[in-house]
Amino acid sequence: MSRVLPMAGNLAVLLVGLGVLFGLPAYAETYLIINATIFASFAILAVSLALIWGYAGILCFGQAAFFGLGGYTYAVAAINFGDTTGAAVLAVALPAMFAALLGYFMFWGRISDVYLGVITLTVSLILYRFVNQTAGEEWNIGQAPLGGFNGIPSTPILNWPGQPGEQLAPENIFSLAVGLLILVYFGCKALLATKFGRIVVAIRENETRVELLGYDARVYKLTIFVIGGALAGLSGLMFANSVFVSPTMFSLPVSGQIIIWVIIGGLGTLIGPVIGCIMMQVLTNWLGTLNQVPGFGWVDPNLVLGVILVVFVLLVPRGLTALVSDTYGWLAQRLRSRPPTAEPDAAAQPETAP
Amino acid sequence: MTTPILETRGLTMRFGGVLAVNGVDFRLQEAELRCLIGPNGAGKSTFFKCLTGQLKPTSGEVLFRDQNIAGALSYAIARHGMGIKTQVPSVFDGLSVRENVWLAAARVHPGRMAERKAEEAMQRVGIGHIGHRIVGQLAHGQRQLVELAMVVAPEPDLILLDEPAAGMTDDEVDRLVELIKELNKSHALVVVEHDMQFIRRVAKTVTVFHQGAILVEGDVADILRDARVRDVYLGKQAA
Repeated sequence: MSRVLPMAGNLAVLLVGLGVLFGLPAYAETYLIINATIFASFAILAVSLALIWGYAGILCFGQAAFFGLGGYTYAVAAINFGDTTGAAVLAVALPAMFAALLGYFMFWGRISDVYLGVITLTVSLILYRFVNQTAGEEWNIGQAPLGGFNGIPSTPILNWPGQPGEQLAPENIFSLAVGLLILVYFGCKALLATKFGRIVVAIRENETRVELLGYDARVYKLTIFVIGGALAGLSGLMFANSVFVSPTMFSLPVSGQIIIWVIIGGLGTLIGPVIGCIMMQVLTNWLGTLNQVPGFGWVDPNLVLGVILVVFVLLVPRGLTALVSDTYGWLAQRLRSRPPTAEPDAAAQPETAP
Repeated sequence: MTTPILETRGLTMRFGGVLAVNGVDFRLQEAELRCLIGPNGAGKSTFFKCLTGQLKPTSGEVLFRDQNIAGALSYAIARHGMGIKTQVPSVFDGLSVRENVWLAAARVHPGRMAERKAEEAMQRVGIGHIGHRIVGQLAHGQRQLVELAMVVAPEPDLILLDEPAAGMTDDEVDRLVELIKELNKSHALVVVEHDMQFIRRVAKTVTVFHQGAILVEGDVADILRDARVRDVYLGKQAA
């Protein structure tokens, strides 16, 4: 059962993913498709933090930095290049390089835990402040104005590779975002199943022991941190293609949101944060429309989200996935109508080795 | 005289005003088994931490086969061929027993070989039957065994064991004694232990630590009769 269950889970995720990928464009209106594209790009962002926080134990409070860098790199490069293909590659490569630089100083400086959270958050806020004040021509990069507070509303849409001017339709962008999400999700699953991935999880469990076994933990942490940065950049790229880039991408609410998705979905899983992300985004959208309705003007989405977070942290600290697997285990035991055994339920453990 | 596998020269570790390890000169030959005893706070565990790189010694040298490794990082020292079982079991609590031991074996052995070596180590230590269990849910003694298997799996040339018998059942201690004797056929070992029964069963040569320095060193029978040793250590225990 221990092997069959994850297999069934993977298959279910794949089927749902493919269902959304091919099913939604056939039925949904453009508005919904664009919204779904945003959710899919956010979900990639959720996976990026799920990977480095949930599995490597690196509490990065500044994934928004890589997210924003990815978006801005894409917008600036695309405006200058004309063709967007190279810009898309850069949008992943530059955040990865930035993560490598930042990670080098943090991991070789043996910074961990809450200090690492503070540093990463600070970096993202510095970028936020910086980009916010880039109004004016002196901040043009080539032909691209950074636009300060307003961002770059003219962010180009991806074109078909090698065919500048041949823009992708919203449906194509949607398919790309969802396709990438599926790829990223299963890519991370596969990565975590390798020796590298298992060492990364071991570092989360006990870094000292990993070092005493002869592995240089810094190298592994840096590598996974760079992968997380690259994925956040990819997410920024897709976000830039569904909305446009603006300084809010670097802002505290975005950094906080990513953490909330992971906590609500379940730390130590990949699917949890994806579900948490989509749920919270759907909810935020709905609350945003709700306070337009007469009589509900007092509803503040941020307040509601805050309450949800507090409820989760206090009552469901291990997140939705643990809640579901605990309930499933409890039900299964009830149905078998056996007295509860002393044997702790392995399914209740955080997912460690997929 | 042959090159010792491990030698320290004037090894010193100072924490503020406290000299936890004070100018220790220690020699261990290849395939030698040495027991380290001494009262709590004598500096045994700190001495181990200086050897493994968990602490950077204030001064002095640590020679591993004539190469000075003092101040090197833990992972680099481990790669020289040193393995340690720490005083408080240092394991991966969220992972299964098998995965814990596999991670240790996989550092030196590739692919299938690592799986086989891990399986072997688990059998040797006597935890082959609980490979699927999550380590965090095991009893203290069993977690000690898991860590022991992790030390054994990569087959390091020098094995440091810090209070390996603590929290073990009598059966587990019996197996541990056998294991140490067997390991000693091809590996050098340093064992820190408080349990005198245990020391009598495994030791040939004993080094006594007292206040961060070596008080006396010699054959186990002589040491246990030594008046100074009784004074600082054994006497107190008997009282």
